Amino acid sequence: MGIYGAQLRRLIIEQSKRAHVGHIGSALSVADIVALLYGNVLRISSPEDPERDRFILSNGHAALSIYAALFLKGWLSKEQLDSFCADGSALGVHPDRELRGVDFSTGSLGQGLPIAAGSALAARLQSSSRRAFVLVSDAECNEGSLWEGVMFAAHHRLSNLIAIVDLNGQQALGYTNHVLSLEPMSARWRAFGWDVHEVNGHDMVAMQKTVAELDTVSGPPHVLIARTIFGKGVSYMEGQIKWHYWPMSEEEYSQALREIEATA
Amino acid sequence: MRAAFTTTLLELAARDSRILLLTADLGYMALERFAEKFPHRFFNVGVAEQNMIGLATGLAEAGFIPFVYSIVTFAVLRPYEFIRNGPIQHRLPVRIVGIGGGVEYGSNGLSHYGLEDVAVMRAQPGITVIAPADHQQARSAILASWDLPGPIYYRLGKDEKTVVPGLDGHFELGKLQRLGEGSDLLFVAMGTVANAALAAIRELAMQGLACSLVIVAHVHPAPARELGDLLATFPIVLSVEAHYRVGGLGSLVAEIVAERGLPCRLVRCGVDSMPTGVVGNQAYLHERFGLSSEKLAATALKALKQTIS
Repeated sequence: MGIYGAQLRRLIIEQSKRAHVGHIGSALSVADIVALLYGNVLRISSPEDPERDRFILSNGHAALSIYAALFLKGWLSKEQLDSFCADGSALGVHPDRELRGVDFSTGSLGQGLPIAAGSALAARLQSSSRRAFVLVSDAECNEGSLWEGVMFAAHHRLSNLIAIVDLNGQQALGYTNHVLSLEPMSARWRAFGWDVHEVNGHDMVAMQKTVAELDTVSGPPHVLIARTIFGKGVSYMEGQIKWHYWPMSEEEYSQALREIEATA
Repeated sequence: MRAAFTTTLLELAARDSRILLLTADLGYMALERFAEKFPHRFFNVGVAEQNMIGLATGLAEAGFIPFVYSIVTFAVLRPYEFIRNGPIQHRLPVRIVGIGGGVEYGSNGLSHYGLEDVAVMRAQPGITVIAPADHQQARSAILASWDLPGPIYYRLGKDEKTVVPGLDGHFELGKLQRLGEGSDLLFVAMGTVANAALAAIRELAMQGLACSLVIVAHVHPAPARELGDLLATFPIVLSVEAHYRVGGLGSLVAEIVAERGLPCRLVRCGVDSMPTGVVGNQAYLHERFGLSSEKLAATALKALKQTIS
C-alpha cells in the first residue's frame, strides 16, 4: 500500500491546527521519508509480529508524521488520531510505545541510534532477516551518544541497520551552520565506516530505489543523508525557524491546506 | 562480588540463551570466564555507556536479557537518562550491574565513587534495586531475580571474601533479613557496610546493649510494610549506608517513619559531605565518614543517651 507525502501533510496540518501545537515544520520535513517507510519499505505484517522490521523515530518531535502514517495503515483509529495532544490521549508531541505501532518511545535526542543498533544486533544474533530503521534529525547529530552508536554499528558491521538523516539545516534556535556546523555530513559518516547515500528527502521514487539496493545481509551499516526542506509543502513555513515551535492562525491554516491540496 | 556475579551468570547463561553480557571496557580479571565460554554473547562495547544502555534496550525489546556492566557511577550516572527512557520506560529486562558502591574505589577519588546511585535509581518507578551485603547474598539475589520482567539495578561490592556472619547468603525478593533479637536499637543497613553495623552491635553488647540489624538488600521497590512494622518496635534506628545521606536508605527509612507516624528516632549514617581533596582506602574513608564499627557504635551510644535524657 502506497502512502504519499501529501496525505501525511494534510493530516499533519489538520491535527496540529486542531491541537494548536507546533513542531509542524519538522513533521513536514520528514513527511515523504515517513510515507515511503510505512508505505513501501518497512516489512510489518502486524505491529505485534516479533519478526517485523523495527523503526525508531529518534527525532520524536516529528511524531505527528508517524501518527498520520499509523492512521493510514489502519493501526490507529480516526478517534485516536483526533485525540492528538488532548488530555488523557496517548498521542503526545513525542511518540509513546504504549501506542500500537510505535516500537520505541522517543523525545530525547541522541538515543534512537544506539537502540536501533541494539535491534539490528538482536536480529543478527537471532539469525533473522529483519532490519532496523532509525530516522534522526541533522541537529541530533550534535549529540555525542549518536556517534557512540555509529561507531558500534560500523565496528560490528550491522548491515541490517539503516539510518536516515533528515538534513534540513535547521534546529530549534537557528540554522545548523550557525549553531554547530555539521558539514561535511556525508564525509563524517563515511569516515566512521558507514555506507553513505546522499538523496533528495522529498523524492520518494529515488529514495525507494536507493533503499531497495542496500545490502542488508553483509557489509557496513547504511545511512541515507536526506536533503530536505524544513516545513516542506507550506510556502510560508519553508526554511523558517519560527515554525519549529509556532502554531498556525486560521488564515495560515487555510493557506497551508490549499497549498498541500495543490500538490496532492 | 564480581566473581560471584560471573560464576552465577555463567550458570544461568548455560541454561538460558537469552542472557548476554555487555561491558563498557571494564571487568579486568572478572568477566574473562564469560567471554571465553560465550564469545558470541559477550560484547565489550568500548568506553560508551550511553550506547551500551541503548543497545541493551534494543536487544531486550527483541527478547534478550542483557546484563550491562561497569563501575557504579559509569553504569548509573553517565547513562541515567538512557536508563530512564529505555529499559525503565519500556519495561524491559535490562540488568544494570554496577561495581563498587560507596567509596570502594577509595584512592581513585570522587569520579569513581557511587554515592547517589541508589537515590537516583530509587526515584524511578518500575526498576528493581538490589544491593547485596556480601558475595553469598549477591549470588542468591541474582538467582532470585535474573528473570524478572522489568529492569534491575544490581549494586555490587568488590569484596570477594568477607561474609556477614549469620546471613548465610539469604535473600528473598521484597523481604528484609534480620539478624539479632535485641530491642534497644535497630541498625538498618544496605550493602557491605552491614558488616560494620554488625561489629558495632557486638561492641554495644559488651556495654550491655541489645541491638538488632536488618539488612535491606531489596532496596526498591522497598519492603515498606515489613520495614515499617519493624521500625515501629524500636525507639531508635540508625540507617547505615556507603552512600550520600540524601536519597538513599536513610531517606527511605525517614519516609516510612514519617508516613506511618512512627514514634522512633532516626539517625542517618552515611557520607555527608563531598569527598574531594582526600583519598584513601575504603576503611580510612569509612572511618572519616562515620561508617566504621567504632564510629557507628559511638553514634548509637550518643543517640541512646540523647533519647533517654
